[in-house]
Amino acid sequence: MEKILEVKDLKVSFKTHGGEVQAVRGVTFDLHKGETLAIVGESGSGKSVTTKTLMGLLPKPHGFVKEGSITFDNKDITKLKESELQKIRGKDISMIFQDPMTSLNPTMKVGTQIMEGLIKHQNMGKAEAREKAIELMNLVQIPNPEARMKQYPHQFSGGMRQRVVIAIALACNPRVLIADEPTTALDVTIQAQILELMKDIQKKVDTSIIFITHDLGVVANVADRVAVMYAGKIVEIGTVDEVFYNPKHPYTWGLLGSMPTLESDEEELFAIPGTPPDLIAPPKGDAFAARNKFALEIDFVEQPPMFKVSDTHYAATWLLHEDAPKVEPPESVKKRIESMDHSEEATR
Amino acid sequence: MSQEKLLEIKNLKQHFKLGRNNVVKAVDGLTFDIYKGETFGLVGESGCGKSTTGRSIIRLYNSTDGEVLFKGENVQGKKNKSELKKFNRQMQMIFQDPYSSLNPRMTVMDIIAEGIDIHGLAKNAEERKAKVYELLETVGLNKEHANRYPHEFSGGQRQRLGIARALAVDPEFIIADEPISALDVSIQAQVVNLMKQLQKEKGLTYLFIAHDLSMVKYISDRIGVMYFGKLVELADAEELYKNPVHPYTRSLLSAIPLPDPIYERNRKRIVYDPSQHDTSEEPEFREISPRHWVLCTSKEFEEYKKEKQNTVTN
Repeated sequence: MEKILEVKDLKVSFKTHGGEVQAVRGVTFDLHKGETLAIVGESGSGKSVTTKTLMGLLPKPHGFVKEGSITFDNKDITKLKESELQKIRGKDISMIFQDPMTSLNPTMKVGTQIMEGLIKHQNMGKAEAREKAIELMNLVQIPNPEARMKQYPHQFSGGMRQRVVIAIALACNPRVLIADEPTTALDVTIQAQILELMKDIQKKVDTSIIFITHDLGVVANVADRVAVMYAGKIVEIGTVDEVFYNPKHPYTWGLLGSMPTLESDEEELFAIPGTPPDLIAPPKGDAFAARNKFALEIDFVEQPPMFKVSDTHYAATWLLHEDAPKVEPPESVKKRIESMDHSEEATR
Repeated sequence: MSQEKLLEIKNLKQHFKLGRNNVVKAVDGLTFDIYKGETFGLVGESGCGKSTTGRSIIRLYNSTDGEVLFKGENVQGKKNKSELKKFNRQMQMIFQDPYSSLNPRMTVMDIIAEGIDIHGLAKNAEERKAKVYELLETVGLNKEHANRYPHEFSGGQRQRLGIARALAVDPEFIIADEPISALDVSIQAQVVNLMKQLQKEKGLTYLFIAHDLSMVKYISDRIGVMYFGKLVELADAEELYKNPVHPYTRSLLSAIPLPDPIYERNRKRIVYDPSQHDTSEEPEFREISPRHWVLCTSKEFEEYKKEKQNTVTN
């Protein structure tokens, strides 16, 4: 498959009064053409920082890339000047933000906001941009676009605003679309509409999507591949089926186990104890070791490398080492996977 | 679960006046009971009035109309101070946002002890301290936390503080308004487990308001589905998920994404069209099978019933 974006050993830190926060501590992944890669993780796991770095949106000067590279179009994004970044941002790589209430300018008409990128990046005239904007609003299914263009963001509902944000992001036919929790602020039924819309549009314009979320249900719905992040690192990466039906990392087990299924009737949810580590002074070994009941001694001493499970599936846990004891996922996770296998037979 | 009614809500209405001729009927004629020791889940989309319902019950808003009977006594309407105090001890609330619901200028000790002070539940400073320590331990924090300020805690820990504060006056009934939606998945499970454990230990009754349907299903005994200020369906949690009757409930259930890729690929979403309803008469809340209520007209009632019998016999 054609690689469109290559992230190699990316390390991003922030300078704070308390010390240097190592938000991203060595992240490596590729993005293929036309695929949707979901990045899941808790708040503070570094998923948003990773994508902000892709866009060159780190707050400078206290946020900086310490090591690693992001290759896009044979260029290393981390080394580009602001003026060069501006040519890429919004054109080749664009972003859908989490909160549609704050990511639009409240004092600008919606139409003007959509046209802005078109005029800047595509050298369009006003009339042409207006036409294209109407086309885009049709694409994201905003009814009555001619009239809606002249309205302000506060006259739109949350779901409609997110459609406007998507229209802006799509304006210049980006090759990479980064969606940072695009549906978290929305209701379930509106969320379902927006997800359907995004999948639909992806088919039409053939863009690659990086989808950031903490909702595993949404991941199962949109993603081709999943990367699970914890404490600034990718701990497991694979196709959706591999990660959901054959998870290898105890943190992935914890995430899957802490969500109740609609069928489950267990007395207690499998909760991951404790809280994520402080990234000013990350632990020496595996960052998840302290919360991991399957942790081995080596977990507290040395960070596990990425072990290969299959050509597309990797996980960073010492449990996959050949000398490690054989450990089964917890009962609740196994049960969940079994129940899903069941549904697989039923649908076939 | 006992069948003793702890809370009876009768035709509760909460209308907000916006300007001269504009009234928002946030809650428009709700009637339901909450039994002692159960968890009643209230779900719906934003703007459907579920939070308003919770806030009206606990008198954060003055209700427009209707009655709320707590152990047979109306808690709405005019009350004098001592009556209010008595009622406030029995009913407490856990708020959605653990960042804005704790006073940033008060120590944890004072936040939790506020209720204890108001109700005079501690005879001296020693006892007050001991009570706060005990509460902190109950919710999985420790003594050392008592002298800190809210900003020193993570979201999950703050929500635990909110729970400790609610528990301080030994309430019987707790309204939890989206208590976990601001938390991370792994922390959500911790808080839900804590709430379940406390319910078992103290025999608490919960009104659990949320939009995350899978979590509501998990924690609730019975669930009410709200749509535009009205309850459209009410049933036992199992029953509601297995046999949803009202088209809105069906569409809501079909919209939940599940962490199961193969299921997701084959999922068919049901879209709710409010105009599909029979408009020949005002819909009423009717019992379609024991303990399963649906908002419908008499014509729809017959249809739903027939449909239901078919699914049962099949």
